[in-house]
Amino acid sequence: MIEAVGLTKRYGDRVAVDQLSFTVRPGQVTGFLGPNGAGKSTTMRMILGLDAPTSGRVTIDGRPFGRLNNPMLEVGALLDAKAIHGGRSAYHHLLCLAQTNNIPRRRVDEVLEIVGLTAVARKRSKGFSLGMGQRLGIATALLGDPRILMFDEPVNGLDPEGILWIRNLMKSLAAEGRTVFVSSHLMSEMSLTADHLLVIGRGRLIADCTVQEFIEQNSVLATRVRTPDVSTLAALVRAAGATAVAEPDGSLLVTELPMRDIGDLAFAHGLRLHELAPLQASLEQVFMELTKDSVEYRGTR
Amino acid sequence: MTTLTARRAGFDGLLRSEWTKLRTVRSTTWSLVAMAAISVGLMSLIAWLLMRQWPQFSPQDQAALAAEPLQIIIDQPVFISQLVVAVLGVMVVSAEYTTGMIRSTLQSQPRRLLVLSAKVLVFALLMFAVGEVLSFAAFFTGRWIMSDHIPVTLSDPGITRSVFGAGLYLTVLGLFALAFGAIIRHTAGAITGVLGLILVVSNLTALLPGTWGAHIHAWMPTNAGQLIYKPTLPPDPLLTQWQGLAVFAGWTALFLAVAAYLFKKRDA
Repeated sequence: MIEAVGLTKRYGDRVAVDQLSFTVRPGQVTGFLGPNGAGKSTTMRMILGLDAPTSGRVTIDGRPFGRLNNPMLEVGALLDAKAIHGGRSAYHHLLCLAQTNNIPRRRVDEVLEIVGLTAVARKRSKGFSLGMGQRLGIATALLGDPRILMFDEPVNGLDPEGILWIRNLMKSLAAEGRTVFVSSHLMSEMSLTADHLLVIGRGRLIADCTVQEFIEQNSVLATRVRTPDVSTLAALVRAAGATAVAEPDGSLLVTELPMRDIGDLAFAHGLRLHELAPLQASLEQVFMELTKDSVEYRGTR
Repeated sequence: MTTLTARRAGFDGLLRSEWTKLRTVRSTTWSLVAMAAISVGLMSLIAWLLMRQWPQFSPQDQAALAAEPLQIIIDQPVFISQLVVAVLGVMVVSAEYTTGMIRSTLQSQPRRLLVLSAKVLVFALLMFAVGEVLSFAAFFTGRWIMSDHIPVTLSDPGITRSVFGAGLYLTVLGLFALAFGAIIRHTAGAITGVLGLILVVSNLTALLPGTWGAHIHAWMPTNAGQLIYKPTLPPDPLLTQWQGLAVFAGWTALFLAVAAYLFKKRDA
């Protein structure tokens, strides 16, 4: 379990992380969602003791990271795939880290096998592709067989097969009862892997809910309707108490009325529909919407 | 969930880890090969050329060379190989920052003073072992090459201390550079800083006037440290050989303390 209380990081005038309080629980994948620059990586660095918080604290099962007896056996993290000396082989990179925590050598071979790097284990890692580097980072995280795993944007640079692999890996790790905390700026990615979401924008927590709740509340902004009878449908929608805006391209944007009701309304009045599509907000749009007034959206907690 | 068990992570694990780190990058191997090539190879070549030309030297030149055999065997090679040691020392820490490895290191062991201590100890032991082996190897090789014209033995006054001292000087210099690497954290910047100090600033202080100037010059880190491999000193020296090494070690301890403070305090 990871617990943050009032976690804050300031760089001069800029507040990177602002009074963040949350709990990451075992047995599920917790997604850490936010646009680029929202403070996700800084938060993860503070969890690992790499950066010191300006105020507040964060603990791993009740203890600060710096007090753990065998840090690698308790927390494994992939922060960025570049935390590697490129002149060293994958095997020796893992070996020198394993030695700090008295992890046996055979475990190095095991994790190389798990991430599929056995064949290149003796090659210097500077020749690795981004995807291979990412796999080596994941091997590092798994080295201590830890109860808590953190991944910062793990799918970056992976091919489709690799993306599928990491998704399944995270799910299976959580199914084993481990705590899995994974950051992403891609809502679509999170909707596929995460059970629970922590959403931050501008360093502040704006949602702490299940993925389902978040999608229902935030992702559909409007419905786009195409019909030969734009003005008739617009009038009907407005009569139903909803908003309809005619777009320059001839479509109609309907808000505050579920898609199903729009279809029923058209059917009841014998109107032909050419298109009835949910207008998915991109995460960045949701964020602009959410962070416009983050106080209002704190209610989703 | 399978659970791995291991002894509490401590200093011994860090020492093994740091040794693995040192021996598994090519820069270490190449640096040690370069040191051997300079202190034994290049020195032998120069000594051999001098001996070949021996008959052409004037009696005064011959006497000057014979009076200070370690000039050829120790002084000149150390002057060059110290540059290799400085670069290697800087890179022990700075390479971790430039590659990002430091973040992996500190995730495996967040007790930072322990991490830095392990780095210092492992690198010091390596430099001491290599420095002494090369120093004595250079002495015996050089002595053999020059034996026809310049006899020198370990039992001559100050010779054993000087040969042993050259290894000590390189060890302390390695740690001095390591501290710079930890403070500056950029390889190029730290190397420029250390070499600038050794090659430029230390020599420029010789231009300072008066007794104050002489004292500053004598107390500059490497100026003081280099006394340890001089068999004899001019009359009324400001520092003796061991005092000089102590001054250099003091500077190094000071810089290491600053490095430790910053290493603990700064975000990685």
